[in-house]
Amino acid sequence: MMKKKELICISCPRGCHLTAERGEGSTGEWQISGNFCPRGAAYAIQELNDPRRIVTATVASDSRLLPRLPVRTDRPLPKRMIAPLLNRLYRLRVKIPVKSGEVLIDDVEKSGVRVIFSCNCKE
Amino acid sequence: MIEDRNVDVAVIGAGAAGLAAAAECADHGLETVVIDREELPGGILRQCIHNGFGLRYFHEELTGPEYADRVVERAAASGVKFQMNTTVSDVRREENGDFTLLLLSEQSGVTRVHARAVVLAMGCRERNRGNLAIPGGRPAGVFTAGCAQKLLNTEGMLPGKCAVIVGSGDIGLIMARRLRWSGVEVKAVVEIMPYASGLTRNVVQCLNDFNIPLYLEHSVVSINGRERVQSVDVAPLHDGIPILEQKFTINCDTVLFSVGLIPENELAARLGVELNPATGGALVDADYQTSVPGVFSGGNVLHVHDLVDFVSEEAARAGRAVIRYLEGATAAERNPVRAGANLKYVVPGYYARGRDTVFAFRPLGVWASAMLEAELDGRVIWKRRCSHVRPAEMLLAELSGQLLNAPGTLEFRLRPEQDEAAVEEA
Repeated sequence: MMKKKELICISCPRGCHLTAERGEGSTGEWQISGNFCPRGAAYAIQELNDPRRIVTATVASDSRLLPRLPVRTDRPLPKRMIAPLLNRLYRLRVKIPVKSGEVLIDDVEKSGVRVIFSCNCKE
Repeated sequence: MIEDRNVDVAVIGAGAAGLAAAAECADHGLETVVIDREELPGGILRQCIHNGFGLRYFHEELTGPEYADRVVERAAASGVKFQMNTTVSDVRREENGDFTLLLLSEQSGVTRVHARAVVLAMGCRERNRGNLAIPGGRPAGVFTAGCAQKLLNTEGMLPGKCAVIVGSGDIGLIMARRLRWSGVEVKAVVEIMPYASGLTRNVVQCLNDFNIPLYLEHSVVSINGRERVQSVDVAPLHDGIPILEQKFTINCDTVLFSVGLIPENELAARLGVELNPATGGALVDADYQTSVPGVFSGGNVLHVHDLVDFVSEEAARAGRAVIRYLEGATAAERNPVRAGANLKYVVPGYYARGRDTVFAFRPLGVWASAMLEAELDGRVIWKRRCSHVRPAEMLLAELSGQLLNAPGTLEFRLRPEQDEAAVEEA
């Protein structure tokens, strides 16, 4: 008996419909089909084992021009960490100036993911 | 006394298009001013805090503000002058071929700019509830998706607590996720077409990730509430007609519209620029020059793009054409280009013999595979197979000047080869 899961790849706008299969009860690697390129297989395996997303949000600032400063994670963050991270970000108020790429949070819940500013703000 | 200022090039709009065109002109030593209503340059990119920009133009994935910062810095380094917080209220062509722009701003009142060439780069505005004529009350809580995006992302204001999104364009899908990540409930996305109009990846990561239902072939038939939105009525569509017997009510306090964009061409009309009804933008030649000599257009005010990368590339080409115009080059030849079968439009609307030209199209349907063909006076001179064709995604064709070697009419068409359904079953 095979276990089967359907996914849609989000690596690019093409949106391949992927099928992942492995033996019932197996903990081995999933077999992926339906992908147009290798990124599809990599996405499916990541998504099944440890789904992650890039997170973008804003934080309050003392800037006159930009009362909300945009921030993002520098790489995809495990999905279960997204809500706690957003709660943390929404409680912050940062001082300017900041530079695009500057680190706001160095290591989100020991995931190795950083939160960085995604714009420059001087005033 | 009205203050006057003389420049070579006046660019209207400091978004991706205006900045790209202006940077080209300023790099060439032309005195170039960019005029914009907002306090900061960068245009709509400033409020698009999500990622997905720049893969083509910068070869890395950026958020909107990151893309904006880069193109603003590039324009500033080229010597472009910025005139922010300023509205262009009128522009006219003088007898000598130069232009006078009438500007309004809080700091300087009414001022004038005299320019030898003008670039129209005003972008788009959103279609709204009025454009759709949705019945019901007139309560507070009805926004366009982009307006809610600006309030939320740049001002930090939540539009409400519980929303329904009308239309499944990318802005609507992105806003669904943004609202959820801001603690706002999203009850549904309602789309009249049988497919989502935004990208599939956005349906997955903005709706499916949050279990937000997408009602395809459904329409909002009423917005209910007196002071504030209380609910919307939604009905399935049959042949485009809502079946009111099957309507149902969704309680919400906020309705967002993501139902398309309209090029903002009031100033073009003041200049007497001829518009293309299929795009809502100016009819331009291979130099992106409009029917008024010295007036150029590029980016979303010319036709609605799905990727900002394409806006930057197109407007940069327009900027380089402005340089040639001011150096006294003769205007590009005007041989007509037509959108044939399965294409909504083609830009530019004319080709010039011997000139390398990038043509942009909007397909009219969804196909897994289709052949894009160019025919010059009965002879197919170019073709390319396109996969994954859909109206949400613009098509481009780069034709070399060697192919465009004869006068006549150039027609592009899309020949479907494989349906989407056939591929999914396979």
